[in-house]
Amino acid sequence: MSQLLDKPPTATAAPSGLSGPADPPSDAAPALSPADLAARHGLTVSGARPSLPAYVRQLWHRRHFITAFATAKLTAQYSQAKLGQLWQIMTPLLNAAVYYFIFGVLMNTRHGVPDYVPFLVTGVFVFTFTQQSVMAGTRAISGSLGLVRALHFPRASLPLSYCLQQLQQLLFSLCALVAILLAFGVPPAPSWLLAIPALALQFTFNAGLALVMARLGAKTPDIAQLMPFVLRTWMYASGVMWSIDTVLKDRHLPHAVTVLLEANPAAVYIDLMRFALIDSFHAGRLPDHVWAWAVGWALLAGVGGFIYFWKAEETYGRG
Amino acid sequence: MADTLTKTTPEAPGPRATTAARPTEDRTAAAPEQPAPTVIADAVDVVYRVHGTAASGRGAATAALGRIVRRRGRGGEERGVRTVHAVRNVSFTARRGEAIGLIGTNGSGKSTLLKAVAGLLPVERGHLYTDGQPSLLGVNAALMNDLTGERNVHLGGLAMGMSRAQIRERYQQIVDFSGVDDKGDFISLPMRTYSSGMAARLRFSIGSAKDHDVLLIDEALATGDRSFQKRSESRIRELRERAGTVFLVSHNNKSIRDTCDRVLWLEHGELRMDGPTAEVMREYERFTGGKA
Ligand SMILES: Nc1ncnc2c1ncn2[C@@H]1O[C@H](COP(=O)(O)OP(=O)(O)O)[C@@H](O)[C@H]1O
Ligand SMILES: [Mg+2]
Repeated sequence: MSQLLDKPPTATAAPSGLSGPADPPSDAAPALSPADLAARHGLTVSGARPSLPAYVRQLWHRRHFITAFATAKLTAQYSQAKLGQLWQIMTPLLNAAVYYFIFGVLMNTRHGVPDYVPFLVTGVFVFTFTQQSVMAGTRAISGSLGLVRALHFPRASLPLSYCLQQLQQLLFSLCALVAILLAFGVPPAPSWLLAIPALALQFTFNAGLALVMARLGAKTPDIAQLMPFVLRTWMYASGVMWSIDTVLKDRHLPHAVTVLLEANPAAVYIDLMRFALIDSFHAGRLPDHVWAWAVGWALLAGVGGFIYFWKAEETYGRG
Repeated sequence: MADTLTKTTPEAPGPRATTAARPTEDRTAAAPEQPAPTVIADAVDVVYRVHGTAASGRGAATAALGRIVRRRGRGGEERGVRTVHAVRNVSFTARRGEAIGLIGTNGSGKSTLLKAVAGLLPVERGHLYTDGQPSLLGVNAALMNDLTGERNVHLGGLAMGMSRAQIRERYQQIVDFSGVDDKGDFISLPMRTYSSGMAARLRFSIGSAKDHDVLLIDEALATGDRSFQKRSESRIRELRERAGTVFLVSHNNKSIRDTCDRVLWLEHGELRMDGPTAEVMREYERFTGGKA
C-alpha cells in the first residue's frame, strides 16, 4: 500500500505521538517513536564527530590509505614528463642551483660562512619541507572537496598524507644533498645519524602545522593565496641563506630579537640538520637548548594541531 | 518487503495520509519479525547556504570584502547568504534487505537526501539515524587519472576503507567485472588512456567491491553500455542479498523497476509518495507524462 501525499504532512508530528486518532488500536505494544526505534536497534546519528580516542583509532585503521595516497600523488606528479621520476632528484638540485647563483654568487651572502654550498642547500631543502607541507596542508581539505564529499574517512588523513608526500619528496632531496656534500668535500660522519631524529621532529611539527592550516583553509580558502607571502617572509627570517649565529655575533641586537630568531622552529630544524650533516657546523654554532626547542615545537604543533583539526571534523566539506 | 508491511494496516486513503507518511514505525511493534531498520529519517530538513551570491548588486569584490568584515561578531543570519531548502520534512524507515528507488524530477532533492543519509551534509531539523556508516557509491574522487588501473583499484579500495588483504582477495573479481581487460591489457595502463565508458565501468566495479551496510547509488548506472548496465543491476541485487540496504537514484524507470521493491518519490524536497515500486512508478509516470 502506498500513500499519495498531496500536501506534505504539515504537523512535524511529535516523535512520540505517532498513533493518530484514526489509527487502529495497537493493543500489542505502543508504537515506537523513530528515536526509540533507532535506540532499540542500535542506530546512531549519522555524521557525528567521533571521540578523540576513536578518531585516533580510525586514523590508524586508515594508515595504508594515507601512505598509498601520498605515494600515488608523488608518482602522479611527474608521470607525464619524459624524464619521469628523474625529476624527483632534478627538481631539488635545480632549486639549490638557483639559490646558490642568487645568494652565493650575485649577493655574496656566503661571506664568512664555511662550507657555504652545503650550508645553503641543507637550509633550502629543510625549509622547503616545512614550506611545502604548510602549503599542501592549507589546500588539503579545500582542494579535495570532491573526495571529502564522497567518501567517509577521518579527514586528518588528507593533511597527514600530504605531509607524508613531502617527506618522501625530502628523502629524494636528501639523496641529492648527500651527493652535494660529498662533492664539496664534507666527510660522512656518524653524526649524520642525528638527521633521523631531527627529521622525525620536524615531520611532527609540519604535520601539526598542516592540520591547523587545513582547518583554516577549509573555512577560508582565500588563505591559500596569502600563504606564499607569509612563507617567503618566514624563510628570509629563518637563516636559510645566511647564518644566524654569524649575524648575531657581529651585531648587538635586543635580547628579544635574539631569542625570537633562535627559537624560530624553522631555524631550529635547519640548524639541527646542518649540525648533523656538516662537519664545520659544530655544536658551538647551535643556539642553547636547541633539542629542547625542537621537541617542544614538535609536541606543541603535533598535539595541538591534531586536536584543533579534530574539533571541526564534522564540518569539513559541508555547506 | 513492502508487501508484508501493508497487511497490518487497512487500506487508508486520502485523509490518513499524514500519519501514513511514516508507514513503517507504526507497525514495528505489531510485526516484530520485520528485518532490523538500517536508516531512519525523522522529519529531516536539509538546507544549503550559498555564500557569495551578488544579491546586493554591488561589485563582486566589495561584496566579498563586506562579507569578510561582517562575518565577525554577528551571530545571526548573515546578509548576502542565500538559502536553498532542498529537503523538507522527509521521514521514512529503511530496513535490511530492501532496495529502495529514489525518484523525482531534476532538482527535487534526491542527491541531497542521499548525501544527508551518508552523513556528508548536516540536517537542519529532524534526525537521521543509521546503522553503521552508509556510503555513497562514488569512489571517483579518490582515483587518479595518471595512475594505472591496477594502482587505482588499490587506492580506491583503501579510500573506501577496505583492508589490503580484502583488496588482494577481490582484485581479480574487480578487474573481471569491470571488463577493462577484455580488449587487451588495459589495467596496467594509466586511466587517462581509457575511454569514458571503460573508466566508468572500472569506477563502478571498484565502488561496489566493498560490502556496504547501506549503499547509496546516485545515477551511477547511467554510463556504460547496455550489457554493463545489466551486469550492474545484478550486482546491486547481489549487494542487497548480502543483507544490506540499497538506495538507488535513477532516471531510468526500467532500471528502478528491475532493481527496487520500494520507491520514494521526492518532489520539491518533499516526500510525495512512498510505497511498492509498481504503484509509485505508475503515479510518477502519470505525473511526469501529464506535465510534458
Ligand atoms: N551545493 C549546493 N548549494 C546550493 N544548492 C544546492 C546545492 N546542491 C543542490 N542544490 C539545490 O538543492 C536542490 C536539490 O538538488 P539535488 O539534491 O541535486 O536534486 P536532484 O538530485 O534530485 O536532481 C536543487 O534546488 C539544487 O539547486
Ligand atoms: Mg542528483
